[in-house]
Amino acid sequence: MPFIPHTAADVQHMLHTIGADSIDALFDEIPESLRIQGLEGIPPGLSEMEIGRLMSERASLDGRPLSFLGAGAYEHHIPSAVWAITTRGEFYSAYTPYQAEASQGTLQLIHEYQTMITSLTGMEVSNASLYDGGSAVAEAALMAVRAHRRSRSLRLLIPSTVNPSYRRVVQSTAGNQGVRFETVPYLRESGCIDPVALEGYAGEDITALVIQQPNFFGQLEDVDRLTDWAHAQGMLVIAVVNPTSLAVLKPPGEWGAKGADICVGEGQPLGVPLSSGGPYFGFMTTRMEYVRSMPGRIVGRTVDLEGRPGYTLTLQAREQHIRRGKATSNICTNQGLLMTAATIYMTLVGPTGLARVAERCTAQTAALVAALAQVKGVRVAFAGSRFHEAVVLLERPVADVLRRLESQGILGGVDLAADYPELGPALLVCATETKTTADLQRFVDSLRRVLEAA
Amino acid sequence: MNQTLEKSIFEYSQPGRGAFAQHPPVADGAAVLDTLPPALRRRTPPRLPEVSELDAVRHFTRLSQLNFSIDTNFYPLGSCTMKYNPKACNQYAMLPEFLARHPLAPDTQGQGFLSCMFELQEMLKEVTGMKAVSLNPMAGAHGEFAGVAMIRAYHRARGDLARNEIIVPEAAHGTNPATATMCGCVVKEIPVDAQGDVDLEALAKAVGPNTAGIMLTNPSTLGVFERKIEAVAKLVHGAGGLLYYDGANLNAILGKVRPGDMGFDVIHMNLHKTFSTPHGGGGPGAGAVGVSARLEPFLPVPVVGREGEGYRWLSEADRPQSIGRLSAFMGNAGVLLRAYVYMRMLGREGMSRVGEHATLNANYLMARLRTAGFDLAYPTRRASHEFIITMKRQARELNVTAMDVAKRLLDYGFHAPTTYFPLLVPECLLIEPTETESRETLDAFVESMVAILGEAQTDAARLKGAPYTMPVRRLDDVRAAKQLELTWKPVNSAA
Amino acid sequence: MSQVPAELKYAKSHEWARLLPDGRIEIGITDHAQQALGDLVFVEVPETGRVLEAGAACAVVESVKAASDVYAPIAGTVVEGNAELAANPELINQDCYGRGWLMRVQPASATALEALLSPEAYSAVLASAEA
Repeated sequence: MPFIPHTAADVQHMLHTIGADSIDALFDEIPESLRIQGLEGIPPGLSEMEIGRLMSERASLDGRPLSFLGAGAYEHHIPSAVWAITTRGEFYSAYTPYQAEASQGTLQLIHEYQTMITSLTGMEVSNASLYDGGSAVAEAALMAVRAHRRSRSLRLLIPSTVNPSYRRVVQSTAGNQGVRFETVPYLRESGCIDPVALEGYAGEDITALVIQQPNFFGQLEDVDRLTDWAHAQGMLVIAVVNPTSLAVLKPPGEWGAKGADICVGEGQPLGVPLSSGGPYFGFMTTRMEYVRSMPGRIVGRTVDLEGRPGYTLTLQAREQHIRRGKATSNICTNQGLLMTAATIYMTLVGPTGLARVAERCTAQTAALVAALAQVKGVRVAFAGSRFHEAVVLLERPVADVLRRLESQGILGGVDLAADYPELGPALLVCATETKTTADLQRFVDSLRRVLEAA
Repeated sequence: MNQTLEKSIFEYSQPGRGAFAQHPPVADGAAVLDTLPPALRRRTPPRLPEVSELDAVRHFTRLSQLNFSIDTNFYPLGSCTMKYNPKACNQYAMLPEFLARHPLAPDTQGQGFLSCMFELQEMLKEVTGMKAVSLNPMAGAHGEFAGVAMIRAYHRARGDLARNEIIVPEAAHGTNPATATMCGCVVKEIPVDAQGDVDLEALAKAVGPNTAGIMLTNPSTLGVFERKIEAVAKLVHGAGGLLYYDGANLNAILGKVRPGDMGFDVIHMNLHKTFSTPHGGGGPGAGAVGVSARLEPFLPVPVVGREGEGYRWLSEADRPQSIGRLSAFMGNAGVLLRAYVYMRMLGREGMSRVGEHATLNANYLMARLRTAGFDLAYPTRRASHEFIITMKRQARELNVTAMDVAKRLLDYGFHAPTTYFPLLVPECLLIEPTETESRETLDAFVESMVAILGEAQTDAARLKGAPYTMPVRRLDDVRAAKQLELTWKPVNSAA
Repeated sequence: MSQVPAELKYAKSHEWARLLPDGRIEIGITDHAQQALGDLVFVEVPETGRVLEAGAACAVVESVKAASDVYAPIAGTVVEGNAELAANPELINQDCYGRGWLMRVQPASATALEALLSPEAYSAVLASAEA
């Protein structure tokens, strides 16, 4: 009973106070036929020393390869202070800040987060975060349907340059409510949305256009033109962005003449470890006019009885605990700890540090792409500008090449065969600020050897 | 607790200041940005703070000190299971190899992690009596979504297209009806009887050819075990519907009864409640789902499978009928590791003790508060792991509400119980002590409640004005909602 | 006790309706409803031209602790929403039968009001809910 404090005397005393003979008697309202006698399938308990040994052994099986994987989760430096503070018990073991007076730390921190993320995205209001990037895109799709005053079609355009995982999450989340998605193809030369295909939807009743920048291939879309086109068609614009890139790229609030309407993305690059895919957090910002259509927790600044400033959850009447079946979403939580980490991260790197990170990512990826292009049997898939990812085309099956690289301790990128078979053998590579010139060289040399050996 | 307000991080900011150790070296090819089209570039930098590392560390540490937490205070928040979050769970989930592992890394670079996930699935199957488990959903509400989506998919796969009604007892958590709506279903609420059990007559009238299923929490949100559960299961199954178990209160019955044995077809588990992963000020949670055999094909992907001595992700190709993906990768992996460590440390003996001692503590606290003069909402029932007291009488006689008691408790150093939920019981406090609290802590809580009841009788105004010892007094919620200040602005700013 | 003015007609769902001299109908929520909701922080009125069916949700009133749909007591076409409420939702708390009106509607039928409750009948509804 590792975490139960009661002594035998405590138990006797408590049962006596209750007026019960045994702990078992406390379960006398449960039909006898349903009660179980034990959990034989669970192994015996372990002391902390034993579990520590076990977990260290398990962790060592996972290895520490040199990784050029991206596709929605990115390896960045995380300042030591970020998780040292985030895992303080006062943040780690607190609940949702319903009792505002006893939760000012969490509430003020959320408010600071909202301030930073609205500025980073160039929007007006932010919620306190959502589950992850994929679910944030799904919530944005549902929000667009609620927020759009005239469109009744429940149709959204999602180009194939949007992360395929996000598209799957949108389908499994919003599809149940009758929302339909149409995929717009990309141009083979640029890896960007095909404007002619898009034009084919002109004049139709469509609720929103989703634009990912940088897109899944790492290429930069012509966001101004796309945004203006969608607005001219009466569609809302949902921007899906990488927060690191926003230190140097135009924020969605400034896209086109009017700016995007809803902005979402994966917050993981802001101080959250890769950790096999989670916990991460999704961010969501929008214009003030749509704030009541936005799902999730929102913190506002107000005053207390004595006129002192303080923070509290606000606009709660949109939420499930009040609106029940008519709520904007069933979501109860935000990803509190991850948002806490991101706020500390953004504070520590600051505007210049984040720009430095973005620059170095772009530069290292450009250097990697240039070097890979020199390897025989490798071609760069798309022309045009890019951020910190790129697609390269090989002349033999990618899966096999990746396996050979793995045996040399290198994870060489993401195989696009399943999602983009039309590209042939295609590999999505990513280099962030964590990669040194020597790392890039090692990757290029290994790939050259693998391709030559074939 | 620190009682001094902390100024905004933006008020520490000075142009040119920074935590420079966190800036990466300038890249050789930094001029690469100049090749980007100017129209795609950012014109003005984002307003992030410019502070030293020490400024930042001090600011956020001070903010943390403005919080109540399990580590600092008894936190008897009903329906939330605020038990001790063992430090070991955090420590061993944050081993460097686990943190560094990319979600798209091949299975061969994750056998340690995957083995933990597989064993976690197996253990969750055992404690719930379900046939199969998916760890994918990222919170309780997310698990609910997965569960109802599976129920819909099941009926559709059988060509049973009319079944779109989800029955929910009126005492249910608000997420239940919200989830049903998100899944495109119609919600039908049914009453509970005076003893807190589902009204079987109303249920019998509610079920029919359109019934997709029923969502139940057991023990219910009223803090009592649903005694007619077998009859409920028979009625709903008889009508062709499925039973959904909301695992919010699983802690009460851990090791004593299993949802699978009660007849449930699909359940979600709040790992951040029953399996002690942190609440983190509102997340991340983890809402693993378990299903009976007939729903297994519909589980959200990915799921971890074992082949020989190795482990691998099962995805859409292995599970063509799956309801699909609910997260970009595979859910809150790091939270799942914490739950794994917790379950391994408890083991089979410890796990059975959880439900027993959570129930013991709740019944002890209930008995003592009743003796102290508080009214129980269901005085003839056993408490499960939580129970409800109602301040209806005090509200009428003394003009003191449940909220007043909740706020005054903060001054006594206790986090407030859940207030005004369930909506069914007027002026209610839902109290859940959990198994990790000592008798001394429970006794101290009772003493404070007695003192507050005394104040209510002699000096009700004192309660109305509480709290007094927190960093702020009661906040103006109306102003917060009317004059929306959702981002920080400089005091002298006109905006 | 909440006020139930004698010159108005009522719906069970706590809306009131007033016949204006030009034949249009003014709609709002009752004193009982505003008291139950508490301080209102947000009101959403329907846009002009919207066609309402009797009993359909046509507006939202929101306080810090509750949000409630307002149901159209009669069928008709919205000719005006109370624009003042956007900045001053508290008008409903202060003067629910006057400046806190929600919308004005051109009724689909000249006899629309006849189906609604009299003040006496609505008072009885309130009394039975209290009991």
